[in-house]
Amino acid sequence: MHLAPRVLRRAVAGATVALLATAVGCAPQPEEKAAPTASGSRANTCAKGGLATETPGKLTIATDEPAYEPWFKDDKPTNGEGFESAVAYAVAGQLGYGKNAVVWQSVPFNKAFAPGEKTFDFDINQVSISDERKKAVDFSSGYYDVRQAVVALKGSKAAGVTGVAGLRGLKLGAQVGTTSLDTIDDVVKPTRQAAVYAKNDQAKSALKNGQVDAIVVDLPTAFYITAAEVTDAEIVGQFENRGGAPEQFGLVLDKGSALTGCVSGAVDALRKDGTLARIEQRWLSDAVDAPVLK
Amino acid sequence: MTLTKDESGREGADDPGDMTGSGATGDAYVPSRRRLERERYRRTRARRATAIAALSTLVTAVVLYLVVIGAPGWPRTRETFFNGQYAREAFPKVLEGLWLNVRLLLVCGAAVLVLGMLIAIARTLRGPVFFPLRALAAAYTDFFRGLPLIINLMIVVLGVPALRLQGVTVDPVLLGGTALTLTYSAYVAEVFRAGIESVHPSQRAAARSLGLSNRQALRHVVLPQAVRRQVPPLLNDLVSLQKDTGLVSIGGAIDAVRAADIIVGRSLNYTPYIVAGLVFVALTIPMTRFTDWVTARMDRQRAQGGTT
Repeated sequence: MHLAPRVLRRAVAGATVALLATAVGCAPQPEEKAAPTASGSRANTCAKGGLATETPGKLTIATDEPAYEPWFKDDKPTNGEGFESAVAYAVAGQLGYGKNAVVWQSVPFNKAFAPGEKTFDFDINQVSISDERKKAVDFSSGYYDVRQAVVALKGSKAAGVTGVAGLRGLKLGAQVGTTSLDTIDDVVKPTRQAAVYAKNDQAKSALKNGQVDAIVVDLPTAFYITAAEVTDAEIVGQFENRGGAPEQFGLVLDKGSALTGCVSGAVDALRKDGTLARIEQRWLSDAVDAPVLK
Repeated sequence: MTLTKDESGREGADDPGDMTGSGATGDAYVPSRRRLERERYRRTRARRATAIAALSTLVTAVVLYLVVIGAPGWPRTRETFFNGQYAREAFPKVLEGLWLNVRLLLVCGAAVLVLGMLIAIARTLRGPVFFPLRALAAAYTDFFRGLPLIINLMIVVLGVPALRLQGVTVDPVLLGGTALTLTYSAYVAEVFRAGIESVHPSQRAAARSLGLSNRQALRHVVLPQAVRRQVPPLLNDLVSLQKDTGLVSIGGAIDAVRAADIIVGRSLNYTPYIVAGLVFVALTIPMTRFTDWVTARMDRQRAQGGTT
């Protein structure tokens, strides 16, 4: 097999030129210089309403769809109702962006952390802060101390459990990518592999159908599930904090984002003046007490 | 290249050197100068073509490499998608999950082939008495080929247990396997039917004229010819099934992709997905080679006039 050499040479040359042209054409602008992120030290540069946001003059906030209660109300992040929606608007206000300057964006959980150009300024989606995750994204300071809880159907064998040891032999379920699942694996260490669901909705169905004995979710979600969604379920108890430091939700920003310091500063200020506590009191007030699993 | 003697056509006239042998060796084949010339020329052309192909491949590879490595986001992409530490962590867990995929593939694959064949035969039955059976089979394939698999799985895995029927399993793997079998047997039935209908009617007519019953004609004449033609599309469906077995994770079961998912969710590093993807590809390749070999063997048997 051989091709006419002239044709071949032309083809090779043409392909090479095309590829090189693509390479040059694709060569994107170098990434913007990430400001030195020594959080806090840059607080003085956080000009009210004048941050280097995606869309100048607007603050773009992302969350997943659907947005669940009690974090959001009626799947509408824009209404300022529900804990995280309220927190988002409070942070925006603290940064100098009024209600009209906030733009919401629907971004799936997994896509929010992919490397590459971010389309939002920060993401608020009940994301727990961890050192491992900090390698991939920036977090603001924590805006909510979260605890994990066990939910089971009333009268089931799981409902009578009083300690972690009692959960060991049960079939447990949780949503993938959550600290609830980590809690099962690291704290309970069950004898049977936990069922892992893409969404809490499926975990709830499985609980109703008896495919799992109990599910693990964060405490506010547990209260919402037992109050409104699966009314014949109850909260068995909550887990103690692991390793001293409380688990916290944080706002997610692009790795090396210029805004991290300012957003963290805003969250800290809201915690200090009691705004966070007020918002929590209003939207998550019933999520305060559940027996602790020893 | 080999030459048979009569192909090499002795061109003694312009070949003074090759008549030196006596009568005994006169029959020994000596290629003519012109032939040697021709072969040499062909060899140089082949070498040259290979060299050009190698060079152009190298150039393409280098350009692609430079484009990827030179991208401003490459260091972070590498860190996120090609991280050795996470690959090592994910590999055993992904393999553990893959065992579920493989088991589902074997069991569902067998069930799908049997069920698909039955449906295809039901659709190709002749005679007015079989009309309801034909209509049912057609309705089945229409419905399950059209129904998105993910919705089928949702209904079966999450809906069936909600009925709380006595004696019906709530195991998500069994239910998921059932849903997969329903959808894929509809696909495979159509492949079988196309194969059966692609056998020329004269084959059936000839078989019937030899005194074979309808059933015997189908079993000994039509199906053997049909199945051989169906191997490539069937393999397509099997490979597709192999990847879709992962969808049973809807019910909470942990397959290879879900195992990767768990690590990704915890660490926000995407390397486990790459690992799971490569593992699936590695599983598909031997399957493809095996079926190629089976097909080739069938063809050889046929070429030798072996029985089918």
